[in-house]
Amino acid sequence: MQPTASSFAFRTPLTALLAGVAFALSAAAGAAELRVLNWQGYGTDEPWAVKRFAERTGVEVVHDHFNSEQEMLTKLRTSPGAYDVVLINSAFTCTAADEGLIQPIERAKITNFADLSPNMRDSAMLNCGGKLHGVAWVWGVTSFAYHTGKISPRPDSIEALWDPRFAGRVGWRDDPVEAVSFAAIALGQDPNNPSDLDAVQAKLLALKPQIRTFWSSEDEWNKHMAGGQFDIATYWSGSASRSKTAFGLPVEFVIPREGAIGWFDGLSVAAGAPNADAAHAFIDYMVDPEFYVKWDTDVGAPASANARANARLPADAFNRTVLGDPENVARLHFMAPLSDATRERFLEVWEEVKTELAQ
Amino acid sequence: MPPASLERRQRWAVAGLTAPAYLWLTVTVFLPLSAMLYFSFLTVAPFGGREATPTLAHYAAFLERSFYARLTLRSLRLGADVTFWCIVLGYPAAYALARHVRGRWREALFLLVVLPFWSNALVRVFSWTMVLREGGLLDSALRSVFPALPPLDLLFTYEAIVIGLVHSFLPYMILTCYVSLQAIDEAVIEAARTLGASWWTTFRRVVLPLSVPGLAAGVVLVFVPVIGSFMEPRILGGRAGTLLGTVIEDQFTVVFNWPRGAALSYILLAIVLAILALAWPLLRRHLGRG
Repeated sequence: MQPTASSFAFRTPLTALLAGVAFALSAAAGAAELRVLNWQGYGTDEPWAVKRFAERTGVEVVHDHFNSEQEMLTKLRTSPGAYDVVLINSAFTCTAADEGLIQPIERAKITNFADLSPNMRDSAMLNCGGKLHGVAWVWGVTSFAYHTGKISPRPDSIEALWDPRFAGRVGWRDDPVEAVSFAAIALGQDPNNPSDLDAVQAKLLALKPQIRTFWSSEDEWNKHMAGGQFDIATYWSGSASRSKTAFGLPVEFVIPREGAIGWFDGLSVAAGAPNADAAHAFIDYMVDPEFYVKWDTDVGAPASANARANARLPADAFNRTVLGDPENVARLHFMAPLSDATRERFLEVWEEVKTELAQ
Repeated sequence: MPPASLERRQRWAVAGLTAPAYLWLTVTVFLPLSAMLYFSFLTVAPFGGREATPTLAHYAAFLERSFYARLTLRSLRLGADVTFWCIVLGYPAAYALARHVRGRWREALFLLVVLPFWSNALVRVFSWTMVLREGGLLDSALRSVFPALPPLDLLFTYEAIVIGLVHSFLPYMILTCYVSLQAIDEAVIEAARTLGASWWTTFRRVVLPLSVPGLAAGVVLVFVPVIGSFMEPRILGGRAGTLLGTVIEDQFTVVFNWPRGAALSYILLAIVLAILALAWPLLRRHLGRG
């Protein structure tokens, strides 16, 4: 679940496939290399972190990026052996494990393992077939953020996205699962298993006067918010803190009273990883408080799955004040794995809605 | 007629010269396309040990879900609009280039025509977002001349998609029309004029019919890619940017449903071929092969 800077790289599976092959070939040259597959700009590729890891271990970290979970799975499927470490939204970890795309984690090699929050570390979504397949890394919220200079008072209801006062000022991520989840939460349904998809569809159709445009990457979101294309838009908590910290945008992230979508991301070791030892060492570094505190303070990050790391954040950090508040956490609906059939059904609903919105 | 051995040598030479191109086309176009055609009849894409069985469900879905038909009509309308504006802007430009501009000026103007090809398509589209948005270049320029104008905000509209696509595809129309216009023998036009035909009659009865092959080639080169376009609509169209092309893209990138995406692509291809087949009798008359 997260951001990227270039939204249109590798748009088609074929180019993704070719890129994967090229990546595999280029990587075969250097021995002490670690190949990481992640969203662009999502922690693992911070230049200072890559540098520090190389100084300590002598291992050079190289990156390849994806723009959706499906693209990540496609790359793993079509280029086995091309990657060592891969970031996977926990809702997809067991899909990847069942398909044999990732290998079990050797727990003993993760020195920070004991400090990870047990509810994420031991979650069934990471323990597939009785074996740990992902190390809980960060977690966050999908909800919306608004421009504090243009909207006040602070909206506290998800209905703000449907509020006629913001007609034509709303940005929306073009993603079927997210769209269905937002409507389900607004209607009081379970976003992981909506009881009435017709009502969800009607609710989404009511967005017609609201939506200004769809966004597909963090970079695009920042541009549109800065350029005044939209004033209120669906967003991710970690990205919102980056927009504030790294880009200086006057935006505030809201966890509405009706609830929001929660998610957590794990780091996994790809099946057939050429450098599995270094992969474990890199994951251990990623969950270490030392890396996390610098990431959140200097750049902006989602909340860490490492309780010790969160505790070391400044007292006014969003990840401590808002996400550290059990009352806020209680309102989150954590993303569960969806079957392909459900996913395709959601896409059909969303495409039908988009067809109507385009008229 | 050359002697038999020479003829055979020529045949070998032709085969030798064309074989690399055909081999390349077979490998890069035909093989991936047939793989996609095969996928379109499967339940799921056969990767990662997934079980795929033959089915027609993806083609049936096009008929069962009415929004696919609406999106197809939308895409065809976009294709028609973009082609129309490419003709309106491109044909006169090609005419002027071919018949009235000479020497250095022609080279310079040609350079301007092909200039868009030298920049990355994505960069071109993103620069349009700066021009078309409220407070963007177009809006500011207009309002500095006419301060009383209401704000002009074309970004994220159907018109923005048409503008972006016309800009991308206009060179094809100009180049194909130019080729057939400059091939027209000056003597034919002079003959018409000496026989008393007005400029308009000469154009209508002589120049236009003789340039139809170029015009037709331009129409095909513009119309076919535009109805499958997805990048320009997504970036410039915003909410109005949902088309059959973007929905096909979603199937590949959002749900990993390659079979559905492939089936939709082939339906689009079939529609294009049907349109070309319907237009063929009309064209044949002008192409002089009837």
